Amino acid sequence: MNTGPALVSILRQGDTLVASVNTALDDSEMLRFQTDLIRQIGEQRARGVIIDVAALDVLDSFGSRTLRGIAEMARLRGAVTVVVGIQPDVAYSMMRLGMDMGTVTTALDLEEGLEYLARLRRRPLGGTRAGR
Amino acid sequence: MSAPSDAPQEQVLTLAGAELLPQLVAHLREHRAKLRDEWSARIREAHLLDAMTPQEMANETTSVYDNYVEVLETGSVEALQHYARDLSERIIPRGVETHEVIGIVLLLRDVLARSLFAKYQDDFALLNEVLDAYEPAANRIANTVAVSFVDERERVIRQQQDAIRELSTPVLPVRERLLILPIIGVLDSERAKQLTEQLLGGIRTHRAKVVVMDITGAPEIDETVANHLVQTVDASRLMGASVIITGLSPTIAQTLVTIGVDLSKMNTIGDLQGGLEEAERLLGYRTTRTEVAEES
Repeated sequence: MNTGPALVSILRQGDTLVASVNTALDDSEMLRFQTDLIRQIGEQRARGVIIDVAALDVLDSFGSRTLRGIAEMARLRGAVTVVVGIQPDVAYSMMRLGMDMGTVTTALDLEEGLEYLARLRRRPLGGTRAGR
Repeated sequence: MSAPSDAPQEQVLTLAGAELLPQLVAHLREHRAKLRDEWSARIREAHLLDAMTPQEMANETTSVYDNYVEVLETGSVEALQHYARDLSERIIPRGVETHEVIGIVLLLRDVLARSLFAKYQDDFALLNEVLDAYEPAANRIANTVAVSFVDERERVIRQQQDAIRELSTPVLPVRERLLILPIIGVLDSERAKQLTEQLLGGIRTHRAKVVVMDITGAPEIDETVANHLVQTVDASRLMGASVIITGLSPTIAQTLVTIGVDLSKMNTIGDLQGGLEEAERLLGYRTTRTEVAEES
């Protein structure tokens, strides 16, 4: 388990957590991020999670699988996850490698992600059922 | 003149020729006007360079002639290569063909050789030496001009291919956050790849949410390209944009189903108009028609 300083900043904005992945993460750092984020969802009573991967120029299969896992775990803890900022090149190579984000919602950037969550909130939906 | 790759006996001849060349060049300079006119006449007779006006042809023949004689004198092929490329650049857009260029250079070679025959006809041994000096140089010139012309033509073709590729997949914003991507012509895998790159880049630049991909103009699609399109739809979704595909022709629809491409994730609508209406609905636009005539 990676116990060094957290490489991903997780900020709270209202009932939404915004996690910006600023640098490429190796597998143990990715798991560390997962643990931190899932814990914080409970602590902060978050209903929405935005994971911003705009700074990443590579997203490998482990990374995308972990993101899918995080979204699923977050759903179990009562929060909707949106992955934002996937770069054109990243999307293209994920497509070439046959990777996808499964049922995870994706949006262009942070602004779009926040708007998506705001739209969900306006609808009378339970947190755990709000995903697609 | 005495390139090290030349065979030994040729070297002896070219050494003798080295003294003759200045004499030869002086002769060609002296009779420049007459020889040039003769050459032009032969070009017209052979119906080469018909695309040019007489004035242009006179200018070109003069400069080709001068260059030709200069290369005979100096033996420097670089200058000729440069000139030939420059000439090709000018005449290719006018539709001058390869056989014409080679034809006129060979004609000039013949006209000049004929004139040398006439000058040295009394002394057969000397004529032989003169031709020994003249022929390799003349052949090299013809060779250089032809190669330069073909090189230049290929360069132009490559440039045009790039331009066509670039133009062939425009990504057009029609409303805020709505892009259309008309696909005209055959989609091969190279174009499909380029299309994906342009689309993903366009989604980022225009912050698009909906993309209408219209393939009315694509005559057919094979399995690879169809799968690529499906993947493109996935990749766009990763960037938060949904893709609507319109204008699937009956042939393409049958092909896709027959080859068993998984189209369950594709949002398809009959024609571009329907696709745009659906896109506007997704984006929350509502189009209403105002009765202009009655209001005014």
